[in-house]
Amino acid sequence: MSESPNSPPEASPDSAIGSDPGGMTRRTALKLAGATLGAAAFAKAIAPIADWAADVSVDEFLQKHYRELTPEAMAKIIARLEADALEEHGVAVHIADPKPQPGVKFGYALNLSICVGCRRCAEACHKENNHDRPSGNSYIRVYEMQKGTMDLAQGNVTYTHPVADPEKYYMPVQCQQCDNPPCVDVCPVEATWKEKDGIVVVDYNWCIGCRYCEAACPYHARRFNWTKPEVPAEEINPVQAYLSNRLRPQGVMEKCTYCLHRTREGKLPACLEACPTGARVFGNLLDPESEIRWVLANKRVFVLKEELGTRPSFFYFFDK
Amino acid sequence: MKAPRYLSAFVVVALCTAGAWALRAGVTAPGSDPVVAPSSLTASSELAGATRLRHAVNIRSGPATPKVLTNSLNHGGAPVPVACATCHTTRAPNLALHASEDLKEFHQGLAYQHGAQSCLSCHNATNYDTLRRADGTSVDYPRVIELCAQCHGPQYRDFKAGAHGGMTGHWDLARGPRERNTCVDCHDPHAPAFPKVRPVFVPVDRGAVQQAQRAAAHPVSDSAHE
Repeated sequence: MSESPNSPPEASPDSAIGSDPGGMTRRTALKLAGATLGAAAFAKAIAPIADWAADVSVDEFLQKHYRELTPEAMAKIIARLEADALEEHGVAVHIADPKPQPGVKFGYALNLSICVGCRRCAEACHKENNHDRPSGNSYIRVYEMQKGTMDLAQGNVTYTHPVADPEKYYMPVQCQQCDNPPCVDVCPVEATWKEKDGIVVVDYNWCIGCRYCEAACPYHARRFNWTKPEVPAEEINPVQAYLSNRLRPQGVMEKCTYCLHRTREGKLPACLEACPTGARVFGNLLDPESEIRWVLANKRVFVLKEELGTRPSFFYFFDK
Repeated sequence: MKAPRYLSAFVVVALCTAGAWALRAGVTAPGSDPVVAPSSLTASSELAGATRLRHAVNIRSGPATPKVLTNSLNHGGAPVPVACATCHTTRAPNLALHASEDLKEFHQGLAYQHGAQSCLSCHNATNYDTLRRADGTSVDYPRVIELCAQCHGPQYRDFKAGAHGGMTGHWDLARGPRERNTCVDCHDPHAPAFPKVRPVFVPVDRGAVQQAQRAAAHPVSDSAHE
């Protein structure tokens, strides 16, 4: 601690041959031991950062938040990400950065009278969005539900029997693109936000992986990359966007983006195209002529966990 | 039972890509096609004050006029297909028959589960190469949707509104076209209830995966502890 100013100088010739060598050397030894322990502890403490830093270039470390990037900076980042994909996977991917269309707010509706629970939507999501293959990740979870309840906790997601079981109903759940998204509220670094067309997005390069958003989401719609996603080169979808299905790093959150790399180009989402029953309806909520608006006006529509005030842009409906 | 249905789906897809079809909504047959005329699909809409070009919503055609395989083989060894009329013009229709089990030749083993309909509710006894509306007028096979719509009004209403039936392509018709299924792409007309299917893509147990990864990463240390 505080050192006495008149303490004898260490390692002086006198002390070496003095009558009390033990006191001097003990002090030195303790200091040395303390310094060594301290250094070791410090090295141990920062080891993960050192490991992590090995994967992160200076450019990546100094990259700004998505919404502060100039078009030139974004072009440079996209070039870097495309080069990384080519180097790591040998795949020439194309990463775009499509912006929200003026006059468009996306809405999705799902017909519970028609869905048979075949899980083709979840599979299509897995392939479209370059999800980690070993964990079978997907933004969609299909619940086999007891009739008479909407309690997700009573739902079963691992069923393997032929479907549809007439005693059950099937409810695919993905990001509800809430107008009042709790996941956005809790993010400590503003790495996730709601875009003008209603899609809640994540900047994978800004996310710190704290998983607060995963805990806050009442629909269990967010996923965490526990490992660096593994996708065989021949299965990588090369049509990518910065905010959606580009190859994600380890330790960041991800979520359904209504396939914005498709939908912002006017296409239907992959999960809708894969649906063999036509249970899914997608479109522009601001267009009164759209199919989604017809559903909202003419069907028995509800939103999941309405009482939480999240105001989803994802709707469920019945035929009868 | 299943294979022919998938085959017919293939035929349907091949046919719809092969030619220009009368069912091409609002583009090839404007005004003349009563099948699909919902304003949301065909009318050009004004959004944000600008009139926009709308791409087509192409509804897949129903099947081509079917043929029946006979026991005779052609030079290549394949069964010879004949038109329905080949046999049916030579014999009188038997209105009393309701099930394929009652037939002495052809069409046996046809799984039939479509309410109380009989064969001649939909098949046209005066021209077997066409289908028959309830009022006795004929409908060509590719326009089978008109036949189904007679009884299944709510489904047809939803279909016209874009809320029934699978589709691919564009939600934004200002940017590209859309392809839509017709009734018999998903519903077997002889047994229209959607069949049970084996679910795909069973979720992976993350705990089991992590355990396997750990075991793979430390095989030596695990054995050293024993």
